[in-house]
Order: sequence, then structure tokens, then C-alpha cells
Amino acid sequence: MRGQVSRRTTLGFIGPAVFGLAIVGIAPLLYAVWTSLHFFNLTKLARVEFIGLENYWTVLTDGVFWQAMGRTFFLLATALPLQIALGLGIALLLHQPGLTLVKTLARLSLVLPMATTYAVVGLLGQVMFNQKFGVVNQLLGGANINWIGDPTNAFAMIIFWDVWQWTPFVALVLLAGLTMVPGEVEEAARLETNSWWTILRHVQLPFLLPGLTAVLILRTADTLKLFDMVFTLTRGGPGAATEFISLMIQRVGFRGFDQGLASAQAVILLIITIILARIYIRVFYKEV
Amino acid sequence: MRRQRSTLWQLVLLAGVILLCVFPFYWMVTTSLKTQIVALEAPPVWIFEPTLDNYREALFEDGVLRTLVNSLIIAVCTTLLALLLGVPAAFALARFEFRGKKDLWFWFITNRMVSPIVLALPFFLIARNLDLLDKHITLILIYLTFNLPIVIWIVTDQFRGIPYDLDEAARLEGASQFTIMRKICLPLAMPGVAVSAIFSFIFSWNELMFGLILTRSDAKTAPAMAVSFMEGYDLPYGKIMATSTLIVIPVLIFALIASKQLVRGLTMGAVK
Repeated sequence: MRGQVSRRTTLGFIGPAVFGLAIVGIAPLLYAVWTSLHFFNLTKLARVEFIGLENYWTVLTDGVFWQAMGRTFFLLATALPLQIALGLGIALLLHQPGLTLVKTLARLSLVLPMATTYAVVGLLGQVMFNQKFGVVNQLLGGANINWIGDPTNAFAMIIFWDVWQWTPFVALVLLAGLTMVPGEVEEAARLETNSWWTILRHVQLPFLLPGLTAVLILRTADTLKLFDMVFTLTRGGPGAATEFISLMIQRVGFRGFDQGLASAQAVILLIITIILARIYIRVFYKEV
Repeated sequence: MRRQRSTLWQLVLLAGVILLCVFPFYWMVTTSLKTQIVALEAPPVWIFEPTLDNYREALFEDGVLRTLVNSLIIAVCTTLLALLLGVPAAFALARFEFRGKKDLWFWFITNRMVSPIVLALPFFLIARNLDLLDKHITLILIYLTFNLPIVIWIVTDQFRGIPYDLDEAARLEGASQFTIMRKICLPLAMPGVAVSAIFSFIFSWNELMFGLILTRSDAKTAPAMAVSFMEGYDLPYGKIMATSTLIVIPVLIFALIASKQLVRGLTMGAVK
């Protein structure tokens, strides 16, 4: 029988990886759960004590957590539609026939933003959006906009960089969907109508849906993860204007030293992520 | 006539896309070639006399070179370790039937999505207790949490594409599963192994948060170093951009090499 091997063989192949992941991936999570059930402050390590679910109660009733969550989903709700609209436009553009060389160039350029170190994106943001010496204000006709110090502008700046970095990803995912449309079907449709919108809705959309679903789930997960770029660009400020969920947990745990509370927040975030991952699996890995 | 005009429009739009993608890099590189005085001119100047002083100072006086070496050591070691552990596991996932396969899969996808801060909190406490702060090995092990799933995922996919007949023939001659993997399947799976290594390298090289929290000086990574320039009043913009350029160049090269597989890798295969 194909695929039937002894237990020992299977274990020999898969054991080291599972053991490795268990040590670095699972044990720390268990420790985080343990910490979350304790009063655990880095500056008061002498009085670590078991307090049950009190940290969780604090997280769920305290406005700070929900505000950070709200901010995170507000970012998602503003950046993602932009990424999808622009990404779809770019994908349709690249899908047109002709101009092969320029399109190859464009496709290679699209790869650059999404590979860029997040921290470098944040540093670039500091340089380009600086009020006095920044090129962005210069390109806006000598505007004197305070991007980093103003809550609304800082948020807009984060949206800009998120869109800059991840629109290419959306574009390439959707382009992959467009190339799945059988050539004959698309040609037949083009003989029927000249309207790109009709073709998009009735011919191409069904092939784009899996990609759109993937983008929706992965962008949600990535926005919950978002840390490096924002940390280097605004550190969550000014005030808490750009303090998204991962930044908030980092502040509570490492700048506020309350590891117990931060761990409770992290565990709640983990549960949300697990739900997202389950949905992703349901949708995309029916065969496994 | 109409066709020509639409081609022209396409060309303009494509040029716009390219320009938007590339401009920040252009600005990064040019700023890195400015002296502090030129960098602090308002409004910014576009034409100036370039100098490599920022690179020289950053690399040799501020110790960026050492942090780049640290990043390189960490990224290469964690990638090798991920391959060493991941390739056999991928072979098993592609070829054997066993219980718990589905759970393993689920675990990998979750690891792709979970925020690093969730792990950073307990890791910091554990590393502190075990005296593992500011050591290369700590980051090498921690980066396995995202490298191992990506390696296993990509290589499993590659092994699945290799026909079974080859295994069968070798088995009839009495080869063990390990020999089959090493001598027959692995050479054929090399493209996938290479791509997964590139991914693993890019993710490790780009990582900031763990580097920031778990290193101070000896094992400080390059992104953490770049961020530490951001303190104080007169920010050394040229030097920050020089460091950024040095960090970004290797990943961009690798990303261009693996550009065809980038989307597939980032979606864990949901999008082909």
C-alpha cells in the first residue's frame, strides 16, 4: 500500500520538526497563558501571584484594548479597499495584451515593495514625510503639512505606506486569478460586449473570488501583526493615534512592564488568529 | 487610431505604477549619498555632489558592519536549521499516511498568521531566565517559528509533484525511505528547496521586533541598529538611509530571483 510506512519511520522524518516547533512555538505560548493568569510586573518580580482571570477581565472591560482593536480594524477598513481597488486596476492593466517588455518591468517593480524590510519602510517614511526636509511636502507644492506630529495625518501616512507596500501583493494575486480565465471564454465574451465592467463582473469575477478571499484573510492577519513599520515611523503616536493592537501589547508588556496583562491581551489576540486560520483552512485546503 | 491611444494610456499608467514602486528606493539611495548639511536642506535638493561618507561612517565607525554580519549569521543559520528539520518532515507529509497530518497543517497556517508579539512576551522572560538574551542562538531558534512552516509548506508541495514510480522502483531494489528521499527525491526537489531557503532568509533578515526585544549589542541585528539611529534631535538622515540601503539590497535581489513564487509563498499556496 502506497504511503504506508512504519510508525518509527514516520516519527524519524517528522519528529525533529515537530519537536523543534513544540519547543519554540508551543512551550512559549503555554508560558504566556501561565503569565496571563498571574500578577506579573517586570519591576515587581518579588510579588508574582496567581490572580486567576483578573487580567482577562481587565482587558475585556478596559477601553484601551478595544480602542487599539478599533484602530486596527479602522486601518484595515480604509487600507484594504484602496489596495483592492488599485490592485484590481493594476492587475487588469497587466492582463491586457501587448507592451510585453514594460509589463515585465512593472511586474518586477511590484515585487520590490512587498519584499522591503518593514523597518526600512518606516525609516523611509520618517525621511520622506518630514515636515521640513521631506520630499512629500515638496511634491505637494511646498506644503507645510505636519505628517508625523498630527494624529490624523500620521494615520493617513500609515495608510499610505500600507497601501504602497501591499497593493502590489493584491495586484499579483488578482493577476494570477485573471490568468485562470480560459482564453476562449474571455474572447467569446469580448465578441459579445465592449464593456470591461460586464466582462469583469460576469466572466472574470468568479476566478477572482478565491484570490480576494485569500487577500481578505491574510491582510486581516497581517494588520493584526503590524508592528515594525509603525514602530519605526510613529511608535504608535502621536498620543495613541497609530497604536495598533500589536504595538499596544508591546507597550503594555515592555514599556509598561505589565507582562501579566500584556500576556492576557496576547492570548486573546492568539484566539482571534486561530479563528482566522481555521477559516483560511476551510476555504483553501479542502483536500488536506 | 483608437487602439493606439489606448496603448498610449496603458504605457502612461504602467510607467506610473513603476515610478510609484521605485521612487522611495530612489529617494533612499540619493539621501544616503548626501552629507548631513545637504540632507537637511529645506526644501530637499535633487541635484548635489554625492559622497560615500555615510556608508563609511555607518559601516566602520558606528558598527553597522557588525550588525549586518550578525543578521547574516542569524539568517543563514536559521535557514539551514529550518531546511535540516523541515525537508524530512516535508517528505513525510508528501509521501506517508499518518494520523495528525491535518493538525500539523493547521499549525503551520496559524504560525503564518500569529502576531510575533504573542511569542515575544514569553520568549523575553524565558530568554532572560536562561541567560539567552543578546545571543545569536536565541534568534536563530525563534525564527524557526516562521521559517519552518514556510520551508515545510513549499518543499511538501515540491515533493508531491515528483512521480511515485521513481520511489517504487528504488524500493523494489531495497532502498530505505531515507535513501529514497536523499538520492532520488531531493535532487528533483531542489528548486523548491532553494525558493524556501530564499523565503526563510528574507523573513529572518527583515525581522525587527524580536531583534529589538532580545538583543542589545553582541547579537544586535541590522534593522534594530537602523532603528537605534532614530534617537536624539538631529537625526543623521544620510546615515539612516545608507544603513537602510545596505539592509534592503540583499532582500530585493533575492525577491527578484524568487519573484515568480513570491505570491504563492506569501499565501501558503492558496493562490497559484
